[in-house]
Amino acid sequence: MDIHEYQAKDLLRRFGVQVPRGGIAYSPEQAVYRASELSGDKWVVKAQIHSGARGKAGGVRICASEEEISDAAQWMLGRKLVTHQTGPRGKLVSRLYIEEATDIAQEIYLGFVMDRKEERVVVVASAEGGMEIEEISAREPDSIVRSVVDPAVGMQAFQAREIAFQLGLDPSLIAQAVKTITGCYRAMSELDANMVEINPMVVTRSGEIVALDAKLSFDDNALFRHPEISELRDKSQEDSRETFAEDRGLSYIGLDGRIGCIVNGAGLAMATLDMIKTSGGEPANFLDVGGGASPERVLMSFKAVLNDRNVEAILVNIFAGINRCDWIAEGVIRAVKELQLDMPLVVRLSGTNVEEGMRILAESGLNITTAETLADAAEKVVAAWKAADKQQAEAV
Amino acid sequence: MPILIDENSKVLVTGLTGRIGSFHAEEMRAYGTNVVGGVTPGKGGTTHNGLPVFNTVKGAVKETDAEVAICFVPPPFAADSIMEAADAGICTCVCIADGIPAQDMIRVKRYMRRYRAEKRMRLIGPNCAGIISPGQAFAGLMPPHIYLPGRVGIVGRSGTLGYEAASQMKARGIGVSSSIGIGGDPINGSSFRDILELFENDPDTDAVVMVGEIGGPQEAEAAAYIRDHMSKPVAAYIAGLSAPKGRRMGHAGAIVSAFGESAQEKVEILGDAGVCIVPTPSAFGEVVEEMLAA
Repeated sequence: MDIHEYQAKDLLRRFGVQVPRGGIAYSPEQAVYRASELSGDKWVVKAQIHSGARGKAGGVRICASEEEISDAAQWMLGRKLVTHQTGPRGKLVSRLYIEEATDIAQEIYLGFVMDRKEERVVVVASAEGGMEIEEISAREPDSIVRSVVDPAVGMQAFQAREIAFQLGLDPSLIAQAVKTITGCYRAMSELDANMVEINPMVVTRSGEIVALDAKLSFDDNALFRHPEISELRDKSQEDSRETFAEDRGLSYIGLDGRIGCIVNGAGLAMATLDMIKTSGGEPANFLDVGGGASPERVLMSFKAVLNDRNVEAILVNIFAGINRCDWIAEGVIRAVKELQLDMPLVVRLSGTNVEEGMRILAESGLNITTAETLADAAEKVVAAWKAADKQQAEAV
Repeated sequence: MPILIDENSKVLVTGLTGRIGSFHAEEMRAYGTNVVGGVTPGKGGTTHNGLPVFNTVKGAVKETDAEVAICFVPPPFAADSIMEAADAGICTCVCIADGIPAQDMIRVKRYMRRYRAEKRMRLIGPNCAGIISPGQAFAGLMPPHIYLPGRVGIVGRSGTLGYEAASQMKARGIGVSSSIGIGGDPINGSSFRDILELFENDPDTDAVVMVGEIGGPQEAEAAAYIRDHMSKPVAAYIAGLSAPKGRRMGHAGAIVSAFGESAQEKVEILGDAGVCIVPTPSAFGEVVEEMLAA
């Protein structure tokens, strides 16, 4: 789960990380008022969306007057910002963060990730802040400093000190840097974050270390022990198709194609998307119904898939282990009837109770195409979709 | 013998008295698995479906000499249960739970290092379908009848995709020595490389099928091992060719976040290491047949 920058800063502050003063605003008037509460003669208006690279999309503006703040806020609020992380649909700006401007002397990159090779938290830092880490790796790979944290004892001060010296920070700043780096690690560890990224962490002209931006991402599997973090969820930043499915316990990822997919098991679901693509189609979604799927759960999966108005054909692919093909078949029939499905539907069943499942589908008298293998199923659904598409085009 | 489990392996079920543990324990016994008991804290001294129940894994191992443990404990408590098994002297622990917090797994992996390599428990999973040696025994939740006993090993992250491979092989009369699910989590117990090493040293296995997916470094690590150390042929399929970058495709670990983690890159790395690439998920049977004939 992702959270907003202002929420991340608020959390990090509690772990001893210094952040600029600021306030949240929902309207241009409130933005101007927030700025008046802060001292100084320059402010930054920052669009709060779950994405990086907001600056390039116009979501970060430095302002020197009330009028400029009001104009910037007016432009951002209600707008969908598109960055390379949001996808073409973009993300809606409904909150702004108004901050005092910071006098920047140096920009540093500081990130904490779960490294899959080390199987530990790894700190990644670079004196080339401001750029994204991918860009730093490509352009300045030698500037990257890494440190692995032993989970038995957590991050030690000497490790933070080593990082700070390797970044070339002035000796007078080392104590502050250690406080910031170890604070971020404690936040990651204690809050079960997957990732903490401070980009940039800056050294100000007055000699302070400040987190100018902050990104925290949390482990969904650990939210059960952090109710205060769960409350920070902002549904407006999520794909509404995915929220619908997730709220009902389905694993769903929205894609851009036309063929809806209902599969059991994440690996088989990925493979099914690949097979559709190989057969000349484009999948509309990834959906894993999970194990032990009841007819109701299958019906719910159809609803989730049909929530995407682009869907023009559906493929159901089940290899039942702990699932039962007869239950799946019953769910498919209920879905076709209750949702009055009028698009091509291909069902491939295999595994536990397959004969019973196939019999239920055959005896239903409904227009359901069945398939024996995955390849057969993918070819049939792509062919049916193309035929239906052509028919529609001719009708128009 | 095949790897990790056979008809003589003494299997302990943790979370035996729960709905899921209870159901799968009966399935495992019906197939011939030597289930010797279960663990549910607070229910020690009772019996469940005729099996003795113990309060602790240590107590169970003392009484039953169990070597394999299968853990059906829910995700919030699974890490604790794995560490308990490691401390009790279990040789192989299969963990089914999907949804263990990543930091819990970091702690589990760190904890297991307190034991010397030769005494260290082998963890399979979490978030996996389990292990099976067809015709002998299984510890997991797979439908055992889809596997024909034979001499090809299977190792994969996904349960159902592994079923797909096994059933395509069965349709062509190709059997399986053991099939091992290593699970879809970003931080897991045994890696592809660990299991490939077991198959390489197993006299009852002639070739291996590997079912990988996007995300993480383990397929590339396996490729290096295959190139440098394996004499037996390996076929591999990588799921997620059509997965967009940065999206988590169902499995917590199925996300492309670094170089070399996409399906295309992994296929290339494995191909360069001399692995027979299974181009689509419907070509397992065909590719394995060709590989065995070569």
